[in-house]
Amino acid sequence: MRTLKILLEKEFRQIFRNPAILRLIFIMPIIQLLVLPLAADYEVRDINIAVVDQDHSSYSRKLTDKISASKYFNLVVYTNSYNEAIREVEKDNADVVLQIPSFFEKNLVKEDGAQLFMALNAINGVKANLGGVYLRSIINDFNGEVRLEWMQLPRFNPQPMIKISSINWFNPLLNYQFFMVPGILVILVTMVGAFLAALNIVKEKEIGTIEQINVTPIRKHQFILGKLIPFWVLGLVILSIGLLLARIFYGIIPEGSFLTVYLFAVVYLLAVLGLGLLISTYTETQQQAMLISFFVMMVFILLGGLYTSIDSMPMWAQIFTKFNPVTYFIEVMRMVVLKGSSLYDIRHHLLIVTGFGIFLNTWAVINYKKRS
Amino acid sequence: MSNRVAISVSGLTKQFGDFTAVDAITFDVKQGEIFGFLGANGAGKTTAMRMLCGLSLPTSGKANVAGFDLYKESENIKKNIGYMSQKFSLYDDLTIRENNRFYGGIYGLTDEQIKEKTQFMLKHLHLESQADTLVKALPLGWKQKLSFSVSMIHDPKIVFLDEPTGGVDPITRREFWTMIYEAASRGTTVFVTTHYMDEAEYCDRVSIMVDGRIEALDTPAALTKKFDVKGMEEVFIQLARKAKRSDN
Repeated sequence: MRTLKILLEKEFRQIFRNPAILRLIFIMPIIQLLVLPLAADYEVRDINIAVVDQDHSSYSRKLTDKISASKYFNLVVYTNSYNEAIREVEKDNADVVLQIPSFFEKNLVKEDGAQLFMALNAINGVKANLGGVYLRSIINDFNGEVRLEWMQLPRFNPQPMIKISSINWFNPLLNYQFFMVPGILVILVTMVGAFLAALNIVKEKEIGTIEQINVTPIRKHQFILGKLIPFWVLGLVILSIGLLLARIFYGIIPEGSFLTVYLFAVVYLLAVLGLGLLISTYTETQQQAMLISFFVMMVFILLGGLYTSIDSMPMWAQIFTKFNPVTYFIEVMRMVVLKGSSLYDIRHHLLIVTGFGIFLNTWAVINYKKRS
Repeated sequence: MSNRVAISVSGLTKQFGDFTAVDAITFDVKQGEIFGFLGANGAGKTTAMRMLCGLSLPTSGKANVAGFDLYKESENIKKNIGYMSQKFSLYDDLTIRENNRFYGGIYGLTDEQIKEKTQFMLKHLHLESQADTLVKALPLGWKQKLSFSVSMIHDPKIVFLDEPTGGVDPITRREFWTMIYEAASRGTTVFVTTHYMDEAEYCDRVSIMVDGRIEALDTPAALTKKFDVKGMEEVFIQLARKAKRSDN
């Protein structure tokens, strides 16, 4: 016990004496939480549309007006040449081309049906997809209006209509930040846990002090606990700063209990600290540790469901996410913060992350050798 | 100096793949002796020393350090030895007092003992005014003397010093050797490597390693006589010239 106290005393002294770490601890959460959620916004607006009007009728103009009046579309080109519209797409000035062929109005009136052509620049898949959906719904609306105009005061509805009304639970205003902030908190905690712990241990290898420690009768578990506990505490401090910032700037107050959030964070940190420790046992220099941590974190974050929905990943990637501790914490944070899930609801997550913790730490401890 | 054996090594070998860094070395070091462990760069001195300190596992051979078996009782060995590595290995971002507290603490000294030791050390090294200075602010000579004192904080039976005076000025080297003599006079066995042949002359006995093997082992006087030369420098050059490998 006394050895552990001595070790912790020394670690905390060094941490508080290192301005770089202190800055990292306080500035990183602020930047990440204040800038990222505002920038990483998935709502698609300002889709540039080129309308190729080869009909020049009152209906084609009405449709064009309706589109440009929508908040989603900017009418950038209005032309009667399809090639000109495509050129605008090539120059990246337009995302969507809508072609209204000649005889559009005539066909609509006489044949009771007309065709439109839509071309989407699919380089940005999300934008193309949503642009197509928005445009289709505007055209449907337009269709309804035309129909209404023709059938003045219908005695009965010629077609049965199903009207759908929906309500958005847990995030009623579809505020993207509510979705992002809990996830970013997870990234913060993970970085502190895995990065700082790995770098700290490898630094001792690099400057040679680890030799001096290995030549003492210190026990392996004492040394490792002495290294893990400080970063475990720091991780929880960062989480608290993050939760405070989320409350001040985004008004996000966890629906569920803080106790659940912290309990999960405590276990989760053990798992990521184990990862950091493991990385440190396989590397000799801070540079190596940094590069490996960076690679691992990159994969974990990109495949952790922060930016992209796991449900829409291919099967192999979905299976991978099951082995990614980050996924579980992001899910838990969203569940507890937005939905108010209780400890009982997240019990599977907790169990799995406990498993990760045991596995990673055991591996790291076995691989940490006082004698080479 | 007594006749009891502090370190007993027999056929100790360390291989890294095909490369035999230490090739079946055999020697004894008596308690309270200052044992000089010489050899050119890459001869295998540091590897041998790291094995004796329990930092590196031998490939084969037997060794007994401070009465404990190197394979089975390495943690007991560690309680009884001090080690000062080639690299400066105190914490730069801690003060002298804090370094003492840390190393004293992990050797299991009580607060009282640490305080007493620190007081004594500061006085001895004339560093009282620097007790709360960060170690990185000290000049190299002081740092080396400090490292030596810290490696002796738990009064070990044996202290291993790996090129303790590398890069240090002649006055500090002299002071350093005074400290070594003091330690030896208190009964501590000193196992020291060096490239300075004047320092080799200060040792009770020296061994000279060439290409992983011990080529000579005796008192400096006996060695100079045997090789019929003026001093250790020439003994060393004659032996080391035979080396086929070098690290640079």
